[in-house]
Amino acid sequence: MSDSTLIGLHHQEEHHPELLHHFAEAQQQRDAASLGMWIFLGTEVMFFGGLFCAYLIYRRAYFGDFGAASKSINATLGATNTAVLICSSLTVVLAVWAAQTARRSLLLISLVITMLLGLVFLGIKADEYKDKFEEHHVPGASFSFDHVPIPGHPDQYANPRHAEIFFALYFIMTGLHALHMIIGLGLFAWLLFMAWKGHFTPEYHTPIEIGGLYWHFVDIVWIYLFPLLYLIDRHP
Amino acid sequence: MSMATATIQTVERENYLNKEYGVGSWLFTTDHKRIALLYLISITFFFFIGGFFALLIRLELLTPAGDLVQADTYNKLFTMHGMVMVFFFLIPSIPAVLGNFLVPMMIGAKDLAFPRINLLSWYLYIIGGVMMMHCVLTGGVDTGWTFYTPFSTAFTNTKIVEAGLSIFVAGFSSILTGLNFVVTIHRMRAPGMTWSRLPLFIWAHYATSIIQILGTPVIAITIVLVAVERTLHLGIFDPKLGGDPLLFQHLFWFYSHPAVYIMILPSMGVVTEIIACFARKRIFGYSFVAFSSIAIAVFGFLVWAHHMFVAGISLYSALIFSLLSYAVAVPSAVKVFNWTATLYKGSIHYDAPMLYAFGFIGLFTMGGLTGLFLAALGIDVHVTDTYFVIAHFHYIMVGGALMGYLGGLHFWWPKISGRLYPESWARLAALIVFLGFNLTFFPQFVLGYLGMPRRYFHYPQEFQVLNVLSTAGATVLGVGYLLPMIYFLWSMRYGKPAPDNPWNAAGLEWMTSSPPTTFNFETEPVVTWEAYNYDELDKPRREEVKVVG
Repeated sequence: MSDSTLIGLHHQEEHHPELLHHFAEAQQQRDAASLGMWIFLGTEVMFFGGLFCAYLIYRRAYFGDFGAASKSINATLGATNTAVLICSSLTVVLAVWAAQTARRSLLLISLVITMLLGLVFLGIKADEYKDKFEEHHVPGASFSFDHVPIPGHPDQYANPRHAEIFFALYFIMTGLHALHMIIGLGLFAWLLFMAWKGHFTPEYHTPIEIGGLYWHFVDIVWIYLFPLLYLIDRHP
Repeated sequence: MSMATATIQTVERENYLNKEYGVGSWLFTTDHKRIALLYLISITFFFFIGGFFALLIRLELLTPAGDLVQADTYNKLFTMHGMVMVFFFLIPSIPAVLGNFLVPMMIGAKDLAFPRINLLSWYLYIIGGVMMMHCVLTGGVDTGWTFYTPFSTAFTNTKIVEAGLSIFVAGFSSILTGLNFVVTIHRMRAPGMTWSRLPLFIWAHYATSIIQILGTPVIAITIVLVAVERTLHLGIFDPKLGGDPLLFQHLFWFYSHPAVYIMILPSMGVVTEIIACFARKRIFGYSFVAFSSIAIAVFGFLVWAHHMFVAGISLYSALIFSLLSYAVAVPSAVKVFNWTATLYKGSIHYDAPMLYAFGFIGLFTMGGLTGLFLAALGIDVHVTDTYFVIAHFHYIMVGGALMGYLGGLHFWWPKISGRLYPESWARLAALIVFLGFNLTFFPQFVLGYLGMPRRYFHYPQEFQVLNVLSTAGATVLGVGYLLPMIYFLWSMRYGKPAPDNPWNAAGLEWMTSSPPTTFNFETEPVVTWEAYNYDELDKPRREEVKVVG
C-alpha cells in the first residue's frame, strides 16, 4: 500500500470509535483480527489433532473392540446433531451477510436461531451422555462392557479394557467439543447483545465475522467426530 | 532523526516509564514495553527458583554418597528444576521479554496487534506460575520434567495433575504471545518495511511463534489426557489397561523437541543483531540466515522421535528420525557459518553484548555437534540417559539460549531502562559466565561418556573428581548470574543516562528516544533502507577519519 492512500484512509477513518489507537486504519485492524482468529483456529486444529491421532492409533490397534463400542452409541442422534450444526452454520453465514448489508432484524434473528440450534445440539448430546451413563459405559469404577459381540464376528466378545479406551476418548473428544460449543454460545450471547445495541455497521462488524469463523470451526470438528466415533464398521 | 548526536537533556523527557506511576498503571497496562518489564521481573524470579534447585542438585552430587537429601527429595529437585526452567524461564525468556519489547519497535509499530491479549498472556503466565509454586511448596513432583506414563499416571503419589495444569495454563500464555507476534509481523509493519528489510531478530521470532502456535496445543491436550487418566484411572497410556505409553512419548516430544527451538531461535536472532552491530557490517547472507530460521522451525517438527531411540520404536522409523535429525543441523550450521563470515574483516568491538555473542557461537556449536552424536543411533544407545545428554542440552539451553538472552539484555538495556550499565563489570560477568559454564558442563560430557546415568543421587567413587569440578563450576556460574542482576538494578538508579543510540546501531528501535515514549515513535517511520546498513551509518565517521589523517 502506498503512503498516500495510507494517510488518506488514516484521516478518513480517524474518528471511527472502534479504531484502536495503534492501528493506522480500519482495514488494518480488520485484517489483524481476522488473521488472529485464523491462527487461533490453527492452534485448535493441533489441539484436537493430538486427540484424533490418539484415537486413530487405538482404532487401528483395537478395531473390533472399537467397532463394538461404537455400535452402542446412538447414530441417529449423532446424525441429527450433524444436521443441526450444519443448519447453524447456514444461519451464521446469514448473520455475517446481514451485518455486512445492514439488515438489523435479520442479523438478530440469525444470531438467535444459531444459539437455539447450539442449545438443541447440547441437549441431544446430554441425552446421549445420559444413555451412556445408564448403560454403565462411562469409563471408571462402574464401567462394564461384558459379552458384547464384535461386529461381523458374533462368536467373539469385545475386550472391555479396549472398549473403555474408546469410551474415554469418546467422552474427552465430544466433551471438549461441547465445551467449545458452550464457549461459542457465550460468545454469541455477547454478539447478540452488541447487535441489539446497534453496534455493528457495514463498516464495522469484525466481531461477527471472527465469531462466525469460530462457530464454523467448531462445526467442522463435529463433522469429523461424527463419522469417526459413530460410524465404525456399521452395517445392517 | 538524530543518531549518535542525540544530546542528553537535563529535564527528563516523557517516556513509557515515567508517563504514569502506581501499581495499577503497571498491572493494567497494555503497553508492550511495560508488559515486557513485567515478564522480565517474573521470569527472573523463576530463574532464581530454578537455579536454587540446580544448586541443591550440584551440592548433593559433590560426594558419591547420597547424603545431603533423600532419594525422593532428589527426584523432586531435578524435576522441579526442569519444569521451572523449561516452562517458566526458557520458553518465555527472550520472546516474552526482548521480543515483547522489540518486535513492535523493530518493525515501526506503535504496539503489538492485540495489546490486551498480550496482557492476558502475562496473567496466564502468572496464574500458571502461582500454581507451579503452590505445587512446589506443597510437595512437588518426582517424575522428571518429562512426566512419562505410566509412572506419572498410575504410580507416583506426587502432584502431577496440578503441575500439569500449571504448564497447561502457561502454555496458553506462550500460544497467545506467538499468535500476537505473527499477526503483528504480518499486519503492523511500517510503510517501506518489507519482509526482506526486517531485522533477522524478527525472522527468528516469526519462526519461534510458528512453533509456539502449532506445538504448544499438542502438549496441552497431552496434559489433559494425563490428568484425566490419572484422576479417573483410565488406560489411555497405561499398558496394563491396554494403553500405549509410547503414544504419550510421541505426543510429548512432538511439542517438547520443537520447544528447544522456541528457546534457541530467538537467541539466534539476538546474536545476529549483536554481531552485525559490533562487527559494523551487514550480516553475511541475509536471506540464508532468515530462511534458516524458518527451516529450523519446519525441520524441528520432524525429529522428535530421536528422544525415543531406546524406547522400542521400529528400527526403520528410528533410521528416518536419525536422518532428519542430521538435517536440522544444516540450517543451524548455515547460521554459524554466516555469523563467522560476518566477522571476517569486520571492525570488531569487544563490548559485553559481543562477548556473550561470541560465547553463544562457541557453546552453541559444541552443543549442536554433540547433538549429532546423539542423532547417531549407535552412539545414542551408548549415551542415552547419561550425563552426556545433560551436558549436550545444557550447552544448547544455557550455553545457547541463556547466553543470547543475557547478551540481548545488555545490548538493549540502554533502550529499555534509559541508563547505561557499567561496561567493565559487564565484561567481567560475561567472562565469569563463560568460564563457569564450561567448568560446570564440560566434565559432564566426560562423565556421561564414561557411563554416569542421569537422575541418580549417588554415584561410584571414581566419578567424584569430575563431579566436584562441575559443582565448582556451578558456583562460579551462579556468581556470573548474580552480577548482572546487581549492576542492572544499580544502573537503574546510578547508571549514566543513555543516549538514544549508544552503540550507533542500525534498526528502528535505535531511532527513537531511550527509553521510548508510549507509542514508540513521534512520527510513523517510513523505511527506505535495508537492514544492517552499517556501511552507510559509518560512512560519515570514516570520512572524518580521512580528513583528520
